[in-house]
Amino acid sequence: MSTMSVAIPEVERPWILPSKGRVGMFSLITAESAIFTIFVVAYIFYIGKSLTGPTPQQVLRLPIFNTICLLSSSLTIHLAMRALESGNNARFKLLWFLTFALGSIFIVGTGREWHHLIYDEGLTISTNLFGTTYYSLVGLHAFHVTVGLVALGTVLALALAGKVKQEHAYQTGVLSLYWHFVDAVWVVVFTVVYLIGR
Amino acid sequence: MASDAVTIPSSTRLPQEAEGTWLETLHGWVTTVDHKRLGLMYIGLALVFLLIGGVEATIMRIQLAVPHAHFVSPQVFNRMFTMHGTTMIFFVAMPILFGFANYLVPLMIGARDMAFPRLNAWSFWMAAFGGLLLYFSFIGGDGLYGAGSAPDVGWWAYAPLTSPAFSKGHSTDYWTIALLVSGFGSIGTAINILTTTLSMRCRGMTLGKMPLFAWLNLVMSGMVLIVISPLTAAQIMLMIDRYLGGHFFDTQAGGSATIWMHFFWIFGHPEVYVLVIPAFAFVSEIVPVFSRKAIFGYPVMVAATVGIGFISMSVWAHHMFTIGMTSYGNAFFVATTMAISVPTGIKIFNWLGTMWGGKIRYATPMVFCLGFLFQFLIAGLTGIMLAAAPWDWQLSGSYFVVAHFHYVIVGGILFALFGAFYYWYPKMTGRMLDEVLGKWHFWLFLIGFHLTFDFMHIPGILGMPRRIYTYEPGRGWEGWNMIVTIGVIFQAAAVLLFVANLVRSYFKGAPAGNDPWDAWTLEWSTSSPPPAYNFAVPPEVKSRRPLWDLKHPEDPDWKYE
Repeated sequence: MSTMSVAIPEVERPWILPSKGRVGMFSLITAESAIFTIFVVAYIFYIGKSLTGPTPQQVLRLPIFNTICLLSSSLTIHLAMRALESGNNARFKLLWFLTFALGSIFIVGTGREWHHLIYDEGLTISTNLFGTTYYSLVGLHAFHVTVGLVALGTVLALALAGKVKQEHAYQTGVLSLYWHFVDAVWVVVFTVVYLIGR
Repeated sequence: MASDAVTIPSSTRLPQEAEGTWLETLHGWVTTVDHKRLGLMYIGLALVFLLIGGVEATIMRIQLAVPHAHFVSPQVFNRMFTMHGTTMIFFVAMPILFGFANYLVPLMIGARDMAFPRLNAWSFWMAAFGGLLLYFSFIGGDGLYGAGSAPDVGWWAYAPLTSPAFSKGHSTDYWTIALLVSGFGSIGTAINILTTTLSMRCRGMTLGKMPLFAWLNLVMSGMVLIVISPLTAAQIMLMIDRYLGGHFFDTQAGGSATIWMHFFWIFGHPEVYVLVIPAFAFVSEIVPVFSRKAIFGYPVMVAATVGIGFISMSVWAHHMFTIGMTSYGNAFFVATTMAISVPTGIKIFNWLGTMWGGKIRYATPMVFCLGFLFQFLIAGLTGIMLAAAPWDWQLSGSYFVVAHFHYVIVGGILFALFGAFYYWYPKMTGRMLDEVLGKWHFWLFLIGFHLTFDFMHIPGILGMPRRIYTYEPGRGWEGWNMIVTIGVIFQAAAVLLFVANLVRSYFKGAPAGNDPWDAWTLEWSTSSPPPAYNFAVPPEVKSRRPLWDLKHPEDPDWKYE
C-alpha cells in the first residue's frame, strides 16, 4: 500500500435531491401537455374545414363565467396550500372546499353548454369536423377536470374527517400542481376554441 | 496492476428466503413491486414476443423466397407484416429496454428501488396486457362469428385504411387499444426512470458523476414523455373516428389522411431514438470495461445524447417526402435529418476513442458491441442517403428502406442488446453465459444478418416495393430474395442457440461472483443476483467509476475528474 495519504475534507455536506413527487408530477404534466398539443394542433388545423354546419360562429358562446370560476380556483388552491403550510386548518378546509366548488361549477357549466349544443343546436361529435374536434378537445380537458375533482374531493373528504394536517402539505402540494396545470390548459383551450376558432 | 488482489467489500447476503410452493412463488412474482423482478419480467415478456415476431418474419421470408409462391395467402401476409412490426417495436424493443433500465438504473445510482415501485408494476402489467390484447385479435378480431383475424393495416396504419369502411370487424381496434394501453405503461415507466435518476441518486453522485447508462436512460425517458403522447392522442382520435363517428381522418367529411401521417411520425421517428439511445447506453458501459479505459469524452457523450433527443423531435416528415410537401418543408426536414448525424457521429468517435490504445478483451459482450459499431455506422450512412429528398422519392416504400431500418434495429439495437445480455446476465442470475456458445451465437447471427440485410438493399434499388405479397419472375429480384431468406436460417439458428444458452447457463453456467468483468459501476459491488434491498449500506461515490476508486485507492479517479 502506498504511504501517501490524501486528506479529503470530511465535512458532512447536505445531500439534497429534487423531490420525487414534484419531479414525477412535472413529468406527468409534460406527457399530458404533449397529448393536449396534438389535440390543439388538430383543432387549429381543422378550423373552417367543416363541409357542413353548424359553424363555431353560429353556435359557440363565450363561457366567461365558467372561465372565471376555473381560473380563480387556481388562486384559491394556492391560498389553501399556504394556509395548510402555516398550519391554519380551518382556513385550509374552507379554501379547499371553495376550490372544489369552483371546479364543480365549471364542469356543470361545460355540461350545460354541451346540452345546449346537442339538443338546441344539433351539434354532435359526428355532425362535422368542428363537432369532432370541439368535443374531443373540450372533452379531453373536461375529463382532466373530472379526474382533478375526484382527487380534490378525496382530499376534501379526508380534510373534513380531520386527517389532513400540516405534515401533509407536501403531498397536497403535488396534487395542487396538477390542478394548476388543468387550469393553465383551459387558458389555451379557451384561446383556441373561443377566440381564434370563432 | 494489483487489481486482482483487491476484493470488493460486498454486502453480506441474508440467508435465502424459505422456498415456498410454486403457487406462492407465482404469487410473489405477480404481486411484486421490486425493480429487479419487474425488470426480469419485462425482459422475459419481450423474449417471448421476440420469438413470436421472429416466426412472423420467417413466414414472410418463406413466402418471398421465390416468385409466385403460395406459402400464405395475401391476407395472411398483410397480417404478418403488421403484427411483426407492431410486435417488434412495442412488445419487444420497448419492454426489453425498459427491463434493462428497470433492473440496472437503481443499481447503478446506488438506490434501493425505483422512485415509484407500484407505478412500476402497473406499467409492466399495462405492457403485458397490451401485448395480450394485440394477440387476442387472432381469436377475436372478427368478433365471435368470424374465425378471427389479426390487424392487417401495417404498423403505421395509414388513414383511410383504418376507417370503418376499409377495416371491418375489430382487428384494427385491438391494434389501437393494444398501443394505447402499452403507451400508458410506457409513459408510466418513463416518469419512473426520470424521477429515479433525478431524485434517488446515492450520496456524492452528482449528475456529472452519474454512469452514462443512467444518463442516456434519463434522456430516453424524457423523450418517451414527449413522443409516446402524440401516438396516444392519435389513437384516441382514431377510436373517436371508428366508434363515435368522428371525422379526424375521414377525407369524405373534410378530414385529412395526411395529418394521421404527421401524428404517427411525430411519434414514429423519435421512437427510433427512444430505442437506440438505450442501445448507446449499453455500448457506453461495455466498451470502456472491455477496453480497460474510462469512457472517452464523457461530457460530450451526454451533450450529444441530449442533442440527439432535441433534434430527433424535428425530423419526422422525412418519412413523408413523397406526399408532396413544399420545397421549404422538404429542405427543412432534409437539413434536420442530416444534422442529427452529427451528434451520432460524435458518439461513434467517442467509442472509437475509448478503444484507441486500450487493452481490448474480445469477450462476447465486446464483440457484439464491435458488430454494433460497424453496422450502426452503415445504417447511418444509408440513413443519410434516404435523408436526401430526391433519393427518397426514388426509394421510398421500397425494400431499400426496409433494409435500412432493419440495419438500425437489428444491426444496431439488437446487437447492442445481445451484448448487454452477455454482460449483465451474470449480475442478474449469478452465473456466466457460456462463452463458446456466445461466440457461435455472434458469428451465426452476424453471417445471417449480413446475408439478409446487406442483400435486401439490392432488390430495393431494383424497384421491389415493400409489403408486396409476391412478385413475378424476370425482374431481377428472385436471386436476391433467395439469399435474403437463406440469411434468416442463420439468424433463427443463432437466436435458438442464444435461448439455449440462456436456459443452460441458468442451471449449469460458471458461478459469476460479484464482479466477473472487473467493472467500475455500482451494480458490480453488490452480490449476483443482488439482494432485494440492493445495498446493505447506502453507497457513496466520489467519481464516475466508484469501483475503480475502491480497487485502486492509490490512484483514484476523483483526483482527476
